[in-house]
Amino acid sequence: MLEAVGVKSLDDLLRVPDGIALREKLDVVPALPEYSIQRRFGRFAEKNTGVAYRSFLGAGAYRHYAPPAIAALAMRGEFLTAYTPYQAEVSQGYLQAIYEWQSYICLLAGMEIANASVYDGATALAEAAIMALGATGRRRLLVSRAIHPNYRAVLRTYCDGLDVAIDEIPFGSDGTTDLERLSTIVSGGEYAAVAIQSPNFFGNVDTLSEAALERVSASGTVPIAVIAEALSLAALAPPASWGAQIVAGEAQSFGVAQAYGGPYAGFIATTQEHMRRIPGRLVGRTVDKQGRTAYVLTLQAREQHIRRERATSNICTNQAHCALIATIYLALMGKTGLRDAAALNLARSRELASAVASVDGVRIKYAAPFFNEFVVDLERPAAAVLTELEAHGILGGIDLGRFYPELASCILMTATELTTTGDINALAEGLGKVLHVHARV
Amino acid sequence: MSTPASDSREAGIPLIFEIGQDGRANRYLEAGKPLRDFLPDSVLREELPLPDNSELDVVRHYTKLSQRTFGIDLGFYPLGSCTMKYNPRVNDAIVSRREFAELHPYTPDALAQGALQVMYELERSLSSLFGMAAFSLNPSAGAHAELGALLIAKKYFKERGELHRDKVIVPDTAHGTNPASAAMCGFKVISLPSDARGRVDVNEIRKVIGPDTAVCMMTNPNTLGLFEDSIAEIAAAVHDAGGLMYYDGANANAIMGYTRPGDMGFDLMHLNTHKTFTIPHGGGGAGHGPLGAAAHLVDYLPTPIVAAVPRENGDASAAPSDRLTFRLDFDRPKSIGPMRSFWSNFAHAARALAYLYANGEEGLKRVSQLAVLNANYLRVKVAQFLETPYPEICRHEFVASAQSLKREHGVRALDLAKALLDYGYMAPTIYFPLIVPECLMIEPTETESKETLDAFVDTLRAIVDEAKRDPQALFDAPVKTVVGRVDETRAARQPDLRWRP
Repeated sequence: MLEAVGVKSLDDLLRVPDGIALREKLDVVPALPEYSIQRRFGRFAEKNTGVAYRSFLGAGAYRHYAPPAIAALAMRGEFLTAYTPYQAEVSQGYLQAIYEWQSYICLLAGMEIANASVYDGATALAEAAIMALGATGRRRLLVSRAIHPNYRAVLRTYCDGLDVAIDEIPFGSDGTTDLERLSTIVSGGEYAAVAIQSPNFFGNVDTLSEAALERVSASGTVPIAVIAEALSLAALAPPASWGAQIVAGEAQSFGVAQAYGGPYAGFIATTQEHMRRIPGRLVGRTVDKQGRTAYVLTLQAREQHIRRERATSNICTNQAHCALIATIYLALMGKTGLRDAAALNLARSRELASAVASVDGVRIKYAAPFFNEFVVDLERPAAAVLTELEAHGILGGIDLGRFYPELASCILMTATELTTTGDINALAEGLGKVLHVHARV
Repeated sequence: MSTPASDSREAGIPLIFEIGQDGRANRYLEAGKPLRDFLPDSVLREELPLPDNSELDVVRHYTKLSQRTFGIDLGFYPLGSCTMKYNPRVNDAIVSRREFAELHPYTPDALAQGALQVMYELERSLSSLFGMAAFSLNPSAGAHAELGALLIAKKYFKERGELHRDKVIVPDTAHGTNPASAAMCGFKVISLPSDARGRVDVNEIRKVIGPDTAVCMMTNPNTLGLFEDSIAEIAAAVHDAGGLMYYDGANANAIMGYTRPGDMGFDLMHLNTHKTFTIPHGGGGAGHGPLGAAAHLVDYLPTPIVAAVPRENGDASAAPSDRLTFRLDFDRPKSIGPMRSFWSNFAHAARALAYLYANGEEGLKRVSQLAVLNANYLRVKVAQFLETPYPEICRHEFVASAQSLKREHGVRALDLAKALLDYGYMAPTIYFPLIVPECLMIEPTETESKETLDAFVDTLRAIVDEAKRDPQALFDAPVKTVVGRVDETRAARQPDLRWRP
């Protein structure tokens, strides 16, 4: 092959100017045969001891049942090793699957249009905000403080680049967004968007009231709904029903592995009005030369590879395979399975709430309706209690003081269909022991 | 060679929504109580208009869809700038282990040491391999890391009181994400024409570099597959003017073991581990875009970073990283902040590390050698029947052009691409980079055998011959795929983006 190319050595092909040539020995992990790689990762795996604990962690990443058929299908090599479906004629299967994903998201969110995915829930919020900035020409955003703190942090990261200011609306004593404050603040007409999450970070249903929506609409502000627990869409009124024009969400709950944070599947769904502002890939149904139904990437004039610096977003690679997993999950579960899953999440989380509330010194913080997570107040530093629960093999939830200084005595607890009565009893018992010991001190 | 004439297309596959029927629900969970037992009607949805499908129907449906999808596992995938190499299955086996797949991102650090060690080892290896001081594994893809880098530049200049630096220089061969990312940070883009050698000319770039220069974004080798041999001078010129250099790592498969972005003078860079380190691209993602920084910019990297401290009772005979304790470091006051919901596309970080273990330093050098050899072999063979506008040693990819075919026979790059599909090949990247008319950008990668390359050349040669003899056959292609050429105009003019009940 070297001869065909007309060079003597491989070095002749790869040589670079002397000044930039690599001279030093690198510090890269050593080469291992495949079975040793498996063993090495086996050692790493053993050190992830947290997976064996009884877990009540949620807060944007959820443990749900995923039928094995999902992996059997999604891990097929044709899906796994395809690139972005630029050549439609040999990508009809994947394109159709994405069209089905877009359809599922629209049906769940009650919206007209959904894209082929964005990186995750947090970037979905940032991209949704950019859509609203473009639609209104305004340079300020209003976001509820009950939105996932990580999502708000990512929004701030993006907005620093855009020189856009963010104001936050507080939440009230019931753990939902203060809609009176929202209505007052928004009326000045300076905000491109107002974003609220439902269920919010505390697990509470948190939507715009009719009166608040009226003020939002009158001020020309775009209402954005954030969804971090997508399974809630199977039970709760879709965001469109309370006025959302853009839905920015995370679909990890639909069969995507928790995997220590990713990859997950963000989505954006919106109304017809905002169609040309939506970021990322879109699949459309059309016909081929012979008039047969065919699918293709479409409206690409919005995208970076065509429009470069005038694109609606810089996104190129998205989360297609996670979206495929979610699509297959939705197909397998169907409306019946999703309803059952939602009902079981509601049941188990209420079982959990009443079990922990029966422990002396534990109080359910908010009275608002919740989906599968809720806040408990221990009236003592929660972080220390959680650490002690670890000694009982329990991950009791999220220390809210990490994000809200005023909630340092509070824990966000989650129960899903996979939470057992045994788990719940263990937590209640563990809490009793930990708090009882403290009480005696 | 004759065009495959038989049209053996089946009927289309109905949508999943058209297959389901009530009564076909699967029993994955026990039946739940009515939702109104838990929540007031006012917050509940009235209907859930989704189908119930039996598992068998779902399995058949998506199996059929997979059969209408072309991946690397089915054949040669010479998609330029995308590095479609073989994806070793051991990587997937590793990340499907319960201890990784079911690890919650809020697991306390002490109980997630294995995951943190994976991230740490990957980060340290990438830093050495590419000559950066540190990487953040936070960004989700290449474009996402570009955005992160430009946010870093913006913050860095703001802190230095140099807000007047508002220009980002991007060569005209750059990926579209470069200017799009720059625009998301409010930078103005200066597009720099390439010279006759397909490279950035030092004297030309000097004319646009000035006190308003913020960042110069470059890909090296560039998207023509050519090494920017003046890169050190270019970097020096940008640095002399106070600007920063950004390395788009999409083509990193061509340089490992020979040079490093850090050695070339880059301050910031990203990697597409889904390209260079064999993470399956999954039909368009998820990707993984580690963002690297030179020492003076490390503090600005997106959070979190994996920090390590020596373990008290470390086993002296173990690997160096086995003697450390790890934690996620969020407390980095100068950081631009987080860019995504959680720490990293962790499963992809694990796959990338497994690939590094499969190769080691020597193996990675071999990867680049064979990738470049395969590209050059293909280049000289293809040059026998198609123009190659830059007839010199290329790196991991090269561009050919159908310009004269178009002029003489009306056959375009698009037609060649569609004809290739009929013969079981993925088409090369076409019409990119933008500066080569009727461009075909071909990247074979190192995992393809000489036999595969020879067979591809024979097919492409036969297609070009046919284009001269019977152009109509190419205009009609593809004819063996499940659909023929798709009406993209109709798709855009009458958008049908979802199924409706």
